[in-house]
Amino acid sequence: MSPRRTRATALRVLRQLRHDPRTIVLLLAVPCVLQVLVRALFADSPSVFQSLGVPLLGLFPFVAMFIVTSITMLRERTSGTLERLLTTPLARGDLLVGYALAFALVAAAQATLVSALSFGLLGLESGHRPLSVIALAIANAVLGMALGLFASAFARTEFQAVQFMPAFVLPQILLCGLIVSRDEMAEWLRVISAVLPLTYAYDALARLASSDELTARFWADVAIVVGVTVVALVLGAATLRRRTP
Amino acid sequence: MSAAISVRGLRVERGGREVLHAIDLDVEHGRVTGLLGPSGSGKTTLMRAVVGVQLVAGGSVVVLESNAGTPALRQRVGYQTQDPSVYGDLTVDENLQYFATVLGASRPRVTEVVGLVGLDGLERQLAGSLSGGEHARLSLATVLLNEPDVLVLDEPTVGLDPMLRRDLWGFFHELATGGTTLLVSSHVMDEADRCDDLVLLQEGRVLVSGTPEGLKRETGTVDLDAAFLSLIDAADGTP
Ligand SMILES: Nc1ncnc2c1ncn2[C@@H]1O[C@H](COP(=O)(O)OP(=O)(O)OP(=O)(O)O)[C@@H](O)[C@H]1O
Ligand SMILES: [Mg+2]
Repeated sequence: MSPRRTRATALRVLRQLRHDPRTIVLLLAVPCVLQVLVRALFADSPSVFQSLGVPLLGLFPFVAMFIVTSITMLRERTSGTLERLLTTPLARGDLLVGYALAFALVAAAQATLVSALSFGLLGLESGHRPLSVIALAIANAVLGMALGLFASAFARTEFQAVQFMPAFVLPQILLCGLIVSRDEMAEWLRVISAVLPLTYAYDALARLASSDELTARFWADVAIVVGVTVVALVLGAATLRRRTP
Repeated sequence: MSAAISVRGLRVERGGREVLHAIDLDVEHGRVTGLLGPSGSGKTTLMRAVVGVQLVAGGSVVVLESNAGTPALRQRVGYQTQDPSVYGDLTVDENLQYFATVLGASRPRVTEVVGLVGLDGLERQLAGSLSGGEHARLSLATVLLNEPDVLVLDEPTVGLDPMLRRDLWGFFHELATGGTTLLVSSHVMDEADRCDDLVLLQEGRVLVSGTPEGLKRETGTVDLDAAFLSLIDAADGTP
């Protein structure tokens, strides 16, 4: 791997995005609009908004980066640019880390904007740790990106890639504890939820939102999120085969 | 000195059937070798094997004395894919800048290759909005950036007008004079005369190879187009 090539790849991905201003606006505006909707929905029960608001801040980047990455990577495969790149000295790690850097930056912008809106205007309490919330949101974005990269290897068309969003992401959102607390789930659902990475991302965010001291459990959550990200990136690298049939 | 590209007994399976059957081939240093053959004869597959992105079922492909696809070759072999492989949502200049960094080429070299393929003035246009021929030339430009020793070009002149084609072939020969080895595919038989050496593929086999003059002598024709057609017909068993 070379830092120069990694940086060039990150820059290239950001430039591609810059030529698509509508996607940038959607990436930044949609989570804000959704957060405003949630706030309005629970106007009469602010405590519900308090418990939903912070986890949602971290989930938006996760979902957005999953979709954006799986489509971008699929395009790279089908347009022939991936095959071309794999005949050059570019290492697969340069490509993957380049993508991760670019999308982490976008996620940072997204998370900062929604957080500023939520903590500033919508009256969400951050548990006095707004920066940690943003940092965790970025970690979630990179997790979504790594999973999206891996998932894209199994999609042949953009239609399939889009369908991976409900297939890979929705079950995780349903089972992570956001909608029904994990303690109240049937035993077999709890078992499934225990092997889904988003469960730990949600748990970490929920713990941040409460103003309690951060326990070892919080740091275990963070370690699992980071660990799964690394594993997904390594698996993603394994799907980038230089020689294809 | 051994050949720049040396293929021995190469067999490739694609989609469950064998599409290259025991190919033997030598491409000499500093020459323009034309890879000709009907559509579906296996030109692209053979080129993919030479640049090391094709899974092969058997045989060997040696490029510049290393096995095809080894890391050391990635700096020395340039591959222009049949369909332009550039980013449609980046400008001409942004595409070239990215590939220049990946290939370790300098900034002035970017300006140089833009001139070489005649894309001056289009630097700020999105690659996706280029005409078919411009798109193909941008794809070619990305391959020229680091001046590789071996150039593998898959139908680089498709969709270009006669003047551009003449200029490009002239340019290929300049490169060859400078020591670059070129393997260029085409299914336009009239381009065969512009090559130093020729390889004619037919249904995954090498039908004939040699210099244009040699092939004309062998078949007793003055027209390579006619010579190839008669060779292919003879191989097909049709009169
Ligand atoms: N991805 C693939 N899966 C299955 N079969 C394939 C694949 N790609 C090519 N083939 C088959 O392999 C054979 C050789 O194809 P190849 O692309 O090498 O031909 P070609 O000589 O480059 O043709 P053209 O001049 O049309 O580009 C063809 O019969 C084609 O149908
Ligand atoms: Mg072809």
